[in-house]
Amino acid sequence: MSCVLELKNISFVYGKGTPFEKRAVDNVSFKINKGEFIGVMGHTGSGKSTLMQMLNGLIRPSEGQVLLDGKDIWAEPKKIRSVRFKVGMVFQYPEYQLFEETVYKDIAFGPQNKGLEGDELDKAVREAADFTGLKPALLEKSPFDLSGGEKRRAAIAGVIAMDPEILVLDEPTAGLDPMGREVLLSQITRYHSERRNTVLLVSHTMEDIARVADRIIVMNKGKLAMLEPTAEVFRRGDELARYGLKVPQITKIMSELRKKGIDVPEGVLTVDDAFRALLPLLKKGGKLW
Amino acid sequence: MVRDVAFGQYFPGKSLVHRLDPRAKILMFIAYIVIIFCTFNYAALAITSAFTALFLILSEISPKFYFKSLKVIIFIVLFTSLLNLFYGSGDPIWQWWVFKITYNGIHRAVFVTVRIISLILASSCLTFTTSPTELTDAIERLMRPLKLIRFPVHEVAMMMSLALRFVPTLLEETDKIMQAQKARGADMESGNLFKRVKALIPVLIPLFVSAFRRAYDVATAMECRCYRGGAGRTRMKQIHMTRRDVISFIVLALVIGGVILCNIFVNWSI
Repeated sequence: MSCVLELKNISFVYGKGTPFEKRAVDNVSFKINKGEFIGVMGHTGSGKSTLMQMLNGLIRPSEGQVLLDGKDIWAEPKKIRSVRFKVGMVFQYPEYQLFEETVYKDIAFGPQNKGLEGDELDKAVREAADFTGLKPALLEKSPFDLSGGEKRRAAIAGVIAMDPEILVLDEPTAGLDPMGREVLLSQITRYHSERRNTVLLVSHTMEDIARVADRIIVMNKGKLAMLEPTAEVFRRGDELARYGLKVPQITKIMSELRKKGIDVPEGVLTVDDAFRALLPLLKKGGKLW
Repeated sequence: MVRDVAFGQYFPGKSLVHRLDPRAKILMFIAYIVIIFCTFNYAALAITSAFTALFLILSEISPKFYFKSLKVIIFIVLFTSLLNLFYGSGDPIWQWWVFKITYNGIHRAVFVTVRIISLILASSCLTFTTSPTELTDAIERLMRPLKLIRFPVHEVAMMMSLALRFVPTLLEETDKIMQAQKARGADMESGNLFKRVKALIPVLIPLFVSAFRRAYDVATAMECRCYRGGAGRTRMKQIHMTRRDVISFIVLALVIGGVILCNIFVNWSI
């Protein structure tokens, strides 16, 4: 697998030289391969949002380098805008950035800035709308007339329409109802599997991350605490607890069952997997009931 | 960063100036503005400058922030002082084309510079040492007589404090929206003036939308807590005039007296 994004000793200091100086990100290095789905976790103030904003050059690291396809994105500061089309960033509560008269025009804003026109632009907009499950009829409506969930999807479509190589989503499911969360998450997974792009998903919901991520980045106090395959991260529940994080409930239940001597596999991450692991035991007439 | 302005900021503290009654501070500030424009010779100017310096020192705020607040107006100062320098009356001591410098011009330039600087320093001193809530409270109390002519004093003060409270929130919001639009490839740093103004639309529209949303939220929250205007409302923090306020009024009175005496008796006219 080829490496698409590499961070080399990245640090970021807020308010340098003032009494409010704060090291938000401290000497972080990692590599991300093309096509990976990465989960990003960390308690509030762990520096994950700052880190994400450095990936597409919205803020410039105080120290270190961000390499995109092997090239330092700050090599030519004047051309930093081109990086933003390669690394698409969906902020928290992205619905507050909608501004155009119609949903269609709003989704087209990004790709237009990129330089797309005519049929190409139309195709980009419609495909992005399709990925996020926006019905074509909604495209001609004003974004301010949509429901909360629809607004969120329109805003995400606006970033997807730029067809970035890497898509960064900062808590895309925050504030949505369980159904909306479910749908949005499966749309993101579909996008990932069809486009074969790299996706970074920041989330506080362990269940979400457990379901979709290949590997997980754990941030703690500005430092990179872990970067491991998903199952490995959730196996280290005690360590996660020290960082103020939790393993998914189902993982916890299964590991408790193991401790009781019931023969279930280690590192079960989703309810479906747990169901499949428990079913044979029940059929055998085991004493689970 | 838009947030990088010292002018108008409040620095919490416990200095003598901080503890003065905000009403006293506002009244003194108004009297002070009048008096610095009534200084007609250097002796009078020296007295007001000494008074300014006294307050700046008593405020116990780092001179760094006062310099920062002066930085904002440096061009206005330069422009007005140059204008005064070249348009003085009397015999020219130096002349080139339409520009001539006279002693009168030099004096006027010095005066206008010192006056503007004093003005900015004094207003900085006021806002540095008085929290926005104190300021609006004080303004409400001072404007109370206007109620007689049915001027909605409380409502105006409430609007002022709400507006002040939302300044940092809106700045933060602007920042966030700008980041989000930049992430979608919005170009706000290049192009001519027309292009740049147009590039602001994707920032301004969401900003207005969210300002309205916040306004509705605040209104609802206030109504939920049974807010119904100023009638019969008491306050948690009562403001009182104390001895230090009286003393500072006396000092100011002495300064005013001194300036008047200087204007009458000192004969270094300009």
